[in-house]
Amino acid sequence: MIRRLMLVAAVAALPFVALAGDARRDAILADYAAKARAADKGFAAFSAQRGETLFRTKWTGGDSRTTSCTACHTANPRQPGQNAKTGRAIDPVAVSVNPKRFTDPATVEKQFTRDCRSVLGRDCTPLEKGDYITFMAGQ
Amino acid sequence: MRLLVTLAGVLLAASPAFAGDDWMPPVRDATVLKECGACHMAFQPGFLPARSWTRMMGSLADHFGEDASLPDDKIEIIRAYLTANGGDVVNRGRAAKYMQWVAPGGTPQRITENPDFLRKHRFPESVWTDPKVVTRSNCAACHSGAERGYYE
Repeated sequence: MIRRLMLVAAVAALPFVALAGDARRDAILADYAAKARAADKGFAAFSAQRGETLFRTKWTGGDSRTTSCTACHTANPRQPGQNAKTGRAIDPVAVSVNPKRFTDPATVEKQFTRDCRSVLGRDCTPLEKGDYITFMAGQ
Repeated sequence: MRLLVTLAGVLLAASPAFAGDDWMPPVRDATVLKECGACHMAFQPGFLPARSWTRMMGSLADHFGEDASLPDDKIEIIRAYLTANGGDVVNRGRAAKYMQWVAPGGTPQRITENPDFLRKHRFPESVWTDPKVVTRSNCAACHSGAERGYYE
């Protein structure tokens, strides 16, 4: 009987675990943290504030159509965006309104590679990637 | 007899519209929808001949000026789907109309340069510069059924 109750409780908890999606996002962040520490022994933690600065900074090294993250994602990451090159609608980046964000490592890495080159004109560092995800996870 | 009529009805419903020339068989492959659709609508392969898609999937590092590189296993899946459903393979309806304009052996890359596209898109410049449009390849800006293959 108790075992059965526990099973019911476990099944009932499943949607919440899936909804949070935290384990997968945490694993991605842990990976970037290890790389950030390897690059700089003084690395302590990711910063949502640095992530927000990265998100809003106007860069000069990339594509003139995408001088900042906000060019496609708008100034409010909880809003849908629009690809500045193709016009394609983009789902919100903020995790609170789009919990699927930053849960698939291959997709995350592919998107950072494309977008950082397009916006900053260079690859982002592990520190920048972790800061960005940390900012979006709190949005 | 009634069975035959029903059957005919079902068949008609299943092939919505090679009757209407504005329908193009939609993309049904999950990888194509995800990877091509990450940056733009996953265009129906029927708009270009299979050999165009082969060329495109071999040059993703310079994809209309963008680096759209993908892992080899993904490229293979996408190439297989696009070439199996190219316009010269479909060769009916709108696809056949587009293929009429493709030179034998030609490998055009831009769907928006096909004369059949141009013929139907003679608009004042203000339409193209509308912020919702951004670029001529943004089908869904005006064709709400574009992803399902409807271009009314």
